[in-house]
Amino acid sequence: MKKKPRRMSEIPTSSMADIAFLLLIFFLVTTVIDVDTGIGMVLPPPLDEEQNPPPVLERNMLKILVNEQGQLLMEDKPASVDMVKEEVKKHVLNMGADPNYSDSPTKALISIKNARQTPYRAYIAVLDRTWMAYFEIWDSEARKLGYTDYKTYVDALAPEATNEIRKKFPAAISIAEPDPQ
Amino acid sequence: MATFKKKTKTNQEIPTASLPDIIFMLLIFFMVTTVLRENEVRVRTQLPKAEALTKIDQKRLVSYIWIGPEKLGDFKLGPTAVQIDDALIPDVTGIRTIMYRKLVEQPKLIVSLRVDESSEMGIVQDVEHELREGGTLRINYSTKRLVN
Repeated sequence: MKKKPRRMSEIPTSSMADIAFLLLIFFLVTTVIDVDTGIGMVLPPPLDEEQNPPPVLERNMLKILVNEQGQLLMEDKPASVDMVKEEVKKHVLNMGADPNYSDSPTKALISIKNARQTPYRAYIAVLDRTWMAYFEIWDSEARKLGYTDYKTYVDALAPEATNEIRKKFPAAISIAEPDPQ
Repeated sequence: MATFKKKTKTNQEIPTASLPDIIFMLLIFFMVTTVLRENEVRVRTQLPKAEALTKIDQKRLVSYIWIGPEKLGDFKLGPTAVQIDDALIPDVTGIRTIMYRKLVEQPKLIVSLRVDESSEMGIVQDVEHELREGGTLRINYSTKRLVN
């Protein structure tokens, strides 16, 4: 009797790498590793019809108006986007020195008002410069406390601890509703 | 003069037996990090660029609203439209109920506004007004990093 020839009982593994490569390439192509970045804001809760917005002293409010062409009016004077950052810093860090600027950083308010036809990019440009001003203020405050920048200060904070810098310099940015036409 | 040929006994081939394992490791990494696109965006959203950025680390808190000119095919663009999830929103005032429902599901909801940079502020303000009515107050204007 002839013995049956022994079958190869192993799976050929030489093509395994190729198969894995194919899958790898598929996932490489479909992967999107992008973290969402953007400018964070918190909207005010809806106001009741009869309730008036809280009064703000005129000097504490830095009014920025953006018109249909994306041109700026800062405190009723024409301005360019590049001036926004310096003006905001001056306004916030005034400490009551100049009567045209704010009393104190906690009372300072930046009001951005748009027309309905204002291009979105013009609005974002102004908002971005305003936030940059605050970021730079926070950074310099953190350096005074001995940290390299504001981010390391926040990272070093205990979870329950209050953010003292943020408390001293709250970024009060208000987006005013446009005038009804 | 006799020439000496040095014979080496070392094997010069790279061992390839562990290659599949390495590839599999890479594969698993990409499989885990992949987020397959959930919904097709039917409006063009060319995001503006900004410097003062914050990152949203928790993607599951985020809900998107796209605002931009509608894509009509053949690279043609229609009027500005608003899209949430998979559908265009014909009436902006419907947003408050949609967002309120999302807020009930996820109380720490962040609404990411992906607005085309050429849009007008009017529609953005209308949407923001609806978000306020719906109670979803944490928003994020999605922007790209400005590279100097």
